[in-house]
Amino acid sequence: MEIVYVYVKKRSEFGRPCYFSDRPAELHADLLPDAALAATFLARDPCDVGAQCAPDVSEHEVNTERFESESRGINHVEGGWPKDVNPQEMEQTIRFRKKVEKDENYMNTIMQLGTLMEHSIKQNNAIDIYQEYFEEEDEEDEEEVTDAKEQPAAKTINVFRDPNEVKRTASSLSWHPDGNHKLAVAYSCLEFQRAPKDMSFDSYIWDIENPNRPELTLKPVSPLVSLEYNPKDSHILLGGSYNGQIAYWDTRKGGQPVEMSAIEHSHRDPVYKVIWLQSKTGTDAFSTSTDGQVLWWDIRKMSEPTERLVLDLSRKENLENALTAVSLEFEPTMPTKFMVGTEQGLVVSCNRKAKTPAEKIVCTYSGHHGPIYALQRNPFFPKYFLTVADWTARIWSEDIKESSIMWTKYHMAYLMDGCWSPVRPSVFFTVKMDGTLDAWDFLFKRNDPTLSVKVCDEALCSLRVQDNGRLLACGSQLGTATLLEISPGLCTMQRNEKTLATAMAEREAKREKILEARQREMRLKERSRSEQSKEDESRELDGEVTTEDLVARAEKDFFQIVEAELKKMEKDKEDEKEKEVCEEKEC
Amino acid sequence: MQSDLIAEVEETLKRIQSQKGVQGIIIINAEGIPIKSTLDNSSTVQYAGLLHQLVMKTRSTVRDLDPQNDLTFLRVRSKKNEIMIAPDKDYFLIVIQNPSD
Repeated sequence: MEIVYVYVKKRSEFGRPCYFSDRPAELHADLLPDAALAATFLARDPCDVGAQCAPDVSEHEVNTERFESESRGINHVEGGWPKDVNPQEMEQTIRFRKKVEKDENYMNTIMQLGTLMEHSIKQNNAIDIYQEYFEEEDEEDEEEVTDAKEQPAAKTINVFRDPNEVKRTASSLSWHPDGNHKLAVAYSCLEFQRAPKDMSFDSYIWDIENPNRPELTLKPVSPLVSLEYNPKDSHILLGGSYNGQIAYWDTRKGGQPVEMSAIEHSHRDPVYKVIWLQSKTGTDAFSTSTDGQVLWWDIRKMSEPTERLVLDLSRKENLENALTAVSLEFEPTMPTKFMVGTEQGLVVSCNRKAKTPAEKIVCTYSGHHGPIYALQRNPFFPKYFLTVADWTARIWSEDIKESSIMWTKYHMAYLMDGCWSPVRPSVFFTVKMDGTLDAWDFLFKRNDPTLSVKVCDEALCSLRVQDNGRLLACGSQLGTATLLEISPGLCTMQRNEKTLATAMAEREAKREKILEARQREMRLKERSRSEQSKEDESRELDGEVTTEDLVARAEKDFFQIVEAELKKMEKDKEDEKEKEVCEEKEC
Repeated sequence: MQSDLIAEVEETLKRIQSQKGVQGIIIINAEGIPIKSTLDNSSTVQYAGLLHQLVMKTRSTVRDLDPQNDLTFLRVRSKKNEIMIAPDKDYFLIVIQNPSD
C-alpha cells in the first residue's frame, strides 16, 4: 500500500520565489490498527529481559606518533635585581649587598637559620641517615628468592630505528669494548640485487641512551655487512662491505673510512665476517666471504692482504671448488686455530701456523643442512663450540667430528644468529626469522628454550650480547636494533655451574664417542660380511659393495615387505567378509 | 649594637663554613638575589636561580596540602652531595655539604 501525496502547481507559476507560511497540520493518511493482524500475535508474559547495572564504557586504542626528544640547555642569566641596580655593574651590586647586610632583619634571620642549619650539618656528619641497614641480609634473601621463584624475563629497554626512509637489514652489531655505552650497527640489504636504488649506504654508531639520533654515521663506499670494534683500541672499527672490500674507521676522524682495501685484492662477494686478531700491534684482522677465501689483513697496509687461504677441501687451492664461508670464529686464547662456517653446512677447522696451504685445513665437522650463520666457542670451555644454522643450534666438541654432542629441536623458523652468554657457561641465545629471541640453558632444560621472547614481527638477523651478560642487542630485517635487558637469573652464575656444565658436556661427548665407535664396528662387520658373501657368489665384482647395490638391495627388501603387507591385508579383508556372511546367516 | 650583630653573623657563617664536608654557603633574598656566597659567581647565580624556584614550589606544595603547615627545612640529597636550604620569609640560607661517607 503506497502512501502518496500529490501537489499541483501551474506551469506559469514555476520559477517564482517561494513564500513560506505556517498552517496547521493536515492529516493525509491514517493507518488504524488491524484487528485481524493483531490476532496473529501472541502476548508474551513474562518477558525475560537482561539488565545490567554497570557503566557503559567503550574501548579505544590510540597510537601516538613517536616522541622525539632533544636535549637542550638554558643559559641562566641573573635577574631579580631591583630596578635601580644594574646587575652588570659590580659597584652597584656590591653596594646593594652591603646595604642588605646592614639590615637588622637580615641579621636576625641569619642567626636563626644558622642555628637550624648547624644542627642539620652536625647531624649529617654524625651519622649517615640514609644508610642501608641489613644490606647483606637483603641480598641473601634476594638471591634465594631468585634461585627458587624468579621467572626468566627479558625487557626491552630501547629501540633504535633506521632513520632512513628505505629500511635495510641490521646485518651486524658490535658493542664498544670499554664501557659498553655504544653500539655499532651495520646496515645492508642482503637479498640478492634487491637493494633499492636510493638506499643509503650508511651505518651508524648509536649511544644506547639516545635512540633518537645516531651518535656517528659511518659512510662507506658500499653498504657494510659486518662491523667490529677493535678490542684493543676502542676508536677503531673494521667493516666488511657488500662489494667485498674491507675498510676501517677511526671514530675520532669522523664518518669517512680512514683506509679501504684495494678492490683487486679484496673479496669478490660480500664480506660476511671480519674479526680482529690478537697481535702486538693490535692491527691485524681477518675476513671471510662467500667467494671461498679467508684473507688476513694488516690495517696499516690495506692495499693487499698479508695472507690468503682458499677453503678448498681437496687442498688444491682451487677457488671453483672452494666452500663458501659465511662465518668465522677466533678465540684469543687459542691464536693458532680458527674455524670457518660455510654455506654448505660444514664447519672447517683450520690451523694458522701450518707451513703449506694444504695443511691449513685440519678437519671438518658436518651435520648442518644449511649455511652456518653463527659460530662461537664457549668463552668458558673453548673445547666446545656453538653453531647456529638452518632450523637448529648445535653444540660440538672439538674432538668429535661426526656429529654434534648436543642440539636443539628443529624449529618452525630459520635460526639466524646466536651467541654464548659471556657470564654463564651453559647459557646461549639465538634469534629466529619469526622475530623471536630464545635463551637456552642446557643445564636447566634441553628441549625448549628457557626463555622465548617475541621481539618484533619481522625476522631478526643478528644478535650480540654485551660483555656484562646483562644487555643484548638484536638487529632486525627492517633495521631496528632492539636493546633488551635480561633478568638477573639468566646472567648471574649459579653455584657449581662450571662443574655441572663441564660434566654435562663431557657426558654428551662420551655418548657420541660410544655411538661413533659402535657405528664403526657395525660398518666393519657389514663390510666384512659383504666381502665374504661377494667372494662366495662371484668373482666379477671387485668385492666392494657399491652404493647402487645397496640401493637395489634396499629397494628389493622394501618391495618384498610391501607385498607381504598387502597380501596380509587382503587376507584380513577376506576373513572379515567371511565373518560378515556368517553373521548375516546367523541373523 | 649593630656592629656586634654583624660580628655575630660573620662568626655564625664562619662556623658553618668550618664544619666538616661543607662545600659552600649561599644566602639569597626573597627575590632570588644572592647576597653572600662562598662559591664563584657563576655557580652562585645558578644555584640561586634554581633553588629559589625549588623552595617556592616546595613551600606552596606544603601549604596546599595543609594551609596551616609551612616549610621549615629542605634537604636535597644527591649522589655527590647534599644541598640544605633553610627558608625564611625574606631570606634563604643554602649550604652544600658532602656527607661524611
